[in-house]
Amino acid sequence: MSGPPPRPPVSKFDRTSRRLVMNYVVAGLCGASVLVVLYPLLDIVYTAFIQGGGVLFQAGFLTDTQPPPCSAISCNTVGIGPDIEGTLIMVGLASLIAVPLGTFAAIFASEYKGRGLGRAISFTADVLTGMPSIIVGAFVYTYFVLYAPTIELSPQVIIPSAIAGALALAIIMLPIIVRTTEEALRIVPNSIREAALALGIPKWKSTLRIVFVTSLPGALTGILLAVMRAAGEAAPILFTAAGSPYYAQNLNQPTAALPLLIYTFALSPSSNWLKVAWGATLFLLIMVLTANIIARLMIHRMAVRMGRI
Amino acid sequence: MNPVTHSPQSPYRRPRPGFADFSRRTVRFSIAVLEGRAPLERDSLRRSARTAVDDLTEYLKVAQWSEAGFYALTGVAGVAVLVVAVAVAAVLAEGAQASFHAFGFGFLWGKIWNPNPSVNVFGVVPFVDDTLITSALALFLAVPLALGSAIFLTTQAPRWMRGPVGTAIELLAAIPSVIYGLWGLYVLHPLMEKTVEPWLQKYLGWSGLFGGHAVGLDILTAGVILAVMIVPTVAAVSRDTIAAVPSAQREAALSLGATDWESTRMALLPYARSGIIGGIILGLGRAMGETMAVVMVIGGRDAVPTSLLSGGQTIASLIANELVSYQTTLQVSAILEAGLVLLLISLLVNVVARLLVWRVLNVSTGTME
Repeated sequence: MSGPPPRPPVSKFDRTSRRLVMNYVVAGLCGASVLVVLYPLLDIVYTAFIQGGGVLFQAGFLTDTQPPPCSAISCNTVGIGPDIEGTLIMVGLASLIAVPLGTFAAIFASEYKGRGLGRAISFTADVLTGMPSIIVGAFVYTYFVLYAPTIELSPQVIIPSAIAGALALAIIMLPIIVRTTEEALRIVPNSIREAALALGIPKWKSTLRIVFVTSLPGALTGILLAVMRAAGEAAPILFTAAGSPYYAQNLNQPTAALPLLIYTFALSPSSNWLKVAWGATLFLLIMVLTANIIARLMIHRMAVRMGRI
Repeated sequence: MNPVTHSPQSPYRRPRPGFADFSRRTVRFSIAVLEGRAPLERDSLRRSARTAVDDLTEYLKVAQWSEAGFYALTGVAGVAVLVVAVAVAAVLAEGAQASFHAFGFGFLWGKIWNPNPSVNVFGVVPFVDDTLITSALALFLAVPLALGSAIFLTTQAPRWMRGPVGTAIELLAAIPSVIYGLWGLYVLHPLMEKTVEPWLQKYLGWSGLFGGHAVGLDILTAGVILAVMIVPTVAAVSRDTIAAVPSAQREAALSLGATDWESTRMALLPYARSGIIGGIILGLGRAMGETMAVVMVIGGRDAVPTSLLSGGQTIASLIANELVSYQTTLQVSAILEAGLVLLLISLLVNVVARLLVWRVLNVSTGTME
């Protein structure tokens, strides 16, 4: 009777070393993938500095109106003033709508979550953050062009205009504010709520004056992130604000915006417009990246303060 | 998350007089008067009225009204979020009616998009194809990189490195899409046209995927730029879910003599699987809806793609390119119907992803997608 065939002699060292080699190979691949992932970030910042640095720090670049198109080497390359102004106007208006609405919705979703509605709201907000931004633009455009004139009580807004653009941006900002504020409220320890209630403070007052104030750094961070996101979005305002080469005279006319300027100028053949586009890109990049780094630091500090890390 | 929840109605139940006390006392007093137990005279009335008024002021002061008011205020804001979601879908659907009446469900498998007024036939297939192909390419390129980064950040990187590198990866998500477009147009485009695409044609040309001329503004380039854009989403969610795996899982594997990679493969990844899949689907959702960067590099060709190197048009880029510069009104309606298709696909994808991620983390993840 023959037993099972003898195993081929595998020395323990071989197997271990194979496993170790595998381990190091994977470690190397993981490290390399981080480098590959970070390369575009570095390259975008680098290219923006090389291409746009000279223009951005020119006198008047941030205040003058855009130059006429031209392709010679010594072309005039000032200004993105109207675009900065338009972005400020629209993002400001959008914040006026989205910040109170989003904050209250977040308070509802976080503090009254015992009822199903709160959960539904936070889930919807979560799903809305994934809604394509071009859809928001198409929605606002379609509503004001096709339906607002036929609905009696609906506000009539001229398309394209700063108001319509601001509405679209508000829809972009709303779910972001809801989500971040809700999260900030959620990491406020429950003992704080209970202490307030134990002192006999009404729930609404403790929510507003104690819980919300405690979460304020987080909520402000969310607003900052939402504002930056809105400032960089081109898709929702592509039809609703449409861009313009002039300073805005009122809110009901086509309005310039930084992302729109970058989009239009990037596709234009004139070399000075391309330079302006890179200058605007560098400006926007610096704003967005700085704000995001500040926001992350604030989130981290708040998490530390709440004893979460 | 919150093991100890306070009951929403706790403080008002007990000592303070509420509306019920006030009305009960009023009724009791009225009955007493009717039965003749309380004399209906000045003093008695005054005493009763005073208690009643005291009760009422106390009651109003004590906040049931402000409580209800605050609840209503925040509730209205919350419902507004729901209304926005419904309104977007409703308005697009309303706008798509003409197209739906003209083509019915044939729109969904129509392969021809011809806005020429004499033809005026629209089908969404070319755009759905391009949307799916670019997103699939993006996932194909981004998922291994994102997973590698997530594993690096959770298991290999020294502690001081995790914060800054993690933040840097998340910063990629913060860069506006139009800036990716500009970068794609002026950095990626020449690279793809001169180096990558000829190389692919030479060595992978047999696969039939890379026919036609290498122009650099095509589906492949759009896929690459989408990959760059969704890496942070996938990486952040994967990192969070891997970090949420109880460390005992990994330690158990290590104590049995597993190497770092083996413990990751056998203990961490299976445990975090549904969260990772959720992150991948979130990335998919982002890739499908991305507009500006795609518009700038995809080349705008309204036909079913024949090769990865042919120009294309995703649904998002279709809306951006044609919603305002239309040729026929039916085209507008068809574009809105295509938008509705995109909205529904991306809502579905997001719902699935959120459910998967929520189940794992029980809190939502990234603050920025």
